[in-house]
Amino acid sequence: MCLAVPGRVLDIEERDGTRMANVDFGGVVKEVCLEYLPDLQVGEYAIVHVGFALQRLDEESARHTLELFADLGMLQEEFGDPWELAAREGGFVFPSDLPSDGDAEREEAR
Amino acid sequence: MKYIDEFQDPELARRLLDDIHATVTRPWALMEVCGGQTHTIIRHGIDQLLPDQVELIHGPGCPVCVTPLEVIDKALEIASRPGVIFCSFGDMLRVPGTDRDLFRVRSEGGDVRVVYSPLDALRIAQQNPQQQVVFFGIGFETTAPPNAMTVYQASKLGIRNFSLLVSHVRVPPAIEAIMQSPSCRVQGFLAAGHVCSVMGVGEYPELAERFKVPIVVTGFEPLDILEGVRRTVRQLERGEHRVENAYQRAVRPEGNPAAQAMLEDVFEVTDRAWRGIGTIARSGWKLSERYREFDAEQRFSVSGIRTLEPAACRAGEVLQGLLKPHECEAFGTTCTPRNPLGATMVSSEGACAAYYLYRRLDLNPAPARLEASPLV
Ligand code: SF4
Repeated sequence: MCLAVPGRVLDIEERDGTRMANVDFGGVVKEVCLEYLPDLQVGEYAIVHVGFALQRLDEESARHTLELFADLGMLQEEFGDPWELAAREGGFVFPSDLPSDGDAEREEAR
Repeated sequence: MKYIDEFQDPELARRLLDDIHATVTRPWALMEVCGGQTHTIIRHGIDQLLPDQVELIHGPGCPVCVTPLEVIDKALEIASRPGVIFCSFGDMLRVPGTDRDLFRVRSEGGDVRVVYSPLDALRIAQQNPQQQVVFFGIGFETTAPPNAMTVYQASKLGIRNFSLLVSHVRVPPAIEAIMQSPSCRVQGFLAAGHVCSVMGVGEYPELAERFKVPIVVTGFEPLDILEGVRRTVRQLERGEHRVENAYQRAVRPEGNPAAQAMLEDVFEVTDRAWRGIGTIARSGWKLSERYREFDAEQRFSVSGIRTLEPAACRAGEVLQGLLKPHECEAFGTTCTPRNPLGATMVSSEGACAAYYLYRRLDLNPAPARLEASPLV
């Protein structure tokens, strides 16, 4: 939950008097509130936490972080299906998990 | 080392490590405040790449872990009531209350929903005017502003069937409490970067001065951690105790003033209990008088809850850096991520879970692994 993920603003609109944007997090698009960064523009990057843009970020460091998070599977953790994640962590084995994909780190279920 | 490629820039990592190795002359104990940092450290084996003299102590900065059992039990109670839609972030689902968790409440018919943002919960309230929608508002200074904004919006739009179960916590009083503990061994802090993105660094100089402790604002990537350690060790070796910002790309000295203003409007500072640690003065937020009508604890009287901590769980000591997870007897035996006894084993940011997930069961210093690493 503490993870703040960098994303790029795709478009901005006013809704219920609130500045909202569609933000692209390396392929996953989410709705984000811009009220705390009111002058953020389309095309700019920001770190986003639970649907709120909190601080501007330059493009290079944003890209770098996104790539790293994607490699580490952290974007999946952040944006994947939370119920499935919780069930998995609770020991439920999904059919698609078999046979093992060889990722030793997730094989802790054994 | 398995994750070494993921340092992205192994050359830079090597240079930072070399510099740390060259600088250290004596043992130092540093605390990384944030659970996200703990996760990075364990996942990448950063603690094993550092010189033996540099010890990283894991701090209390996992919001899921420090939420008191009493609050979890209140959440479970409210979520079980008919007519209630209970909304939460996904990582609260399996945090154990006294006798169940939110996952269980849902399987027993409770309407528990996972949202990505607190604003999603507000929308659910708009769409379901006949029902009471409650959002579980936990977290540090990074999560509190979004929740504050949501309450502000609810008030502005006149949405009356929305409320917040609040258990927000603040980092600086926790640092103070850790430094004041007689058993404290911490000599330097890697401060939590995203907390500072919101709050800036203004609260830290006084702490650094009073406790003669360097505080280095640090990000979450492996290279960020190495740079944070490098700067902290450098200060310690020189006998300095300053506040430094090693996460400038996301932290401005003044933080985010708009978010701070909203926090001040919607919340007021209060004493808060931290799970496993106890009450720390002025260490949290509650809804201010003006927004008190959105307080779920008032809306649903949830008294008479009996709360029972599992006796075997030593999460309090883990959270204060007094005990490493594998030193707890229950670790990996009666306590695993499948059957967690404490929140530090449930949350993906919890220290116990990080140790378990990355199979750090044999944590006597492992020189063989160090030598095998291509980085040293
Ligand atoms: S290993 Fe389990 S029982 Fe031990 S401190 Fe961690 S969460 Fe508590």
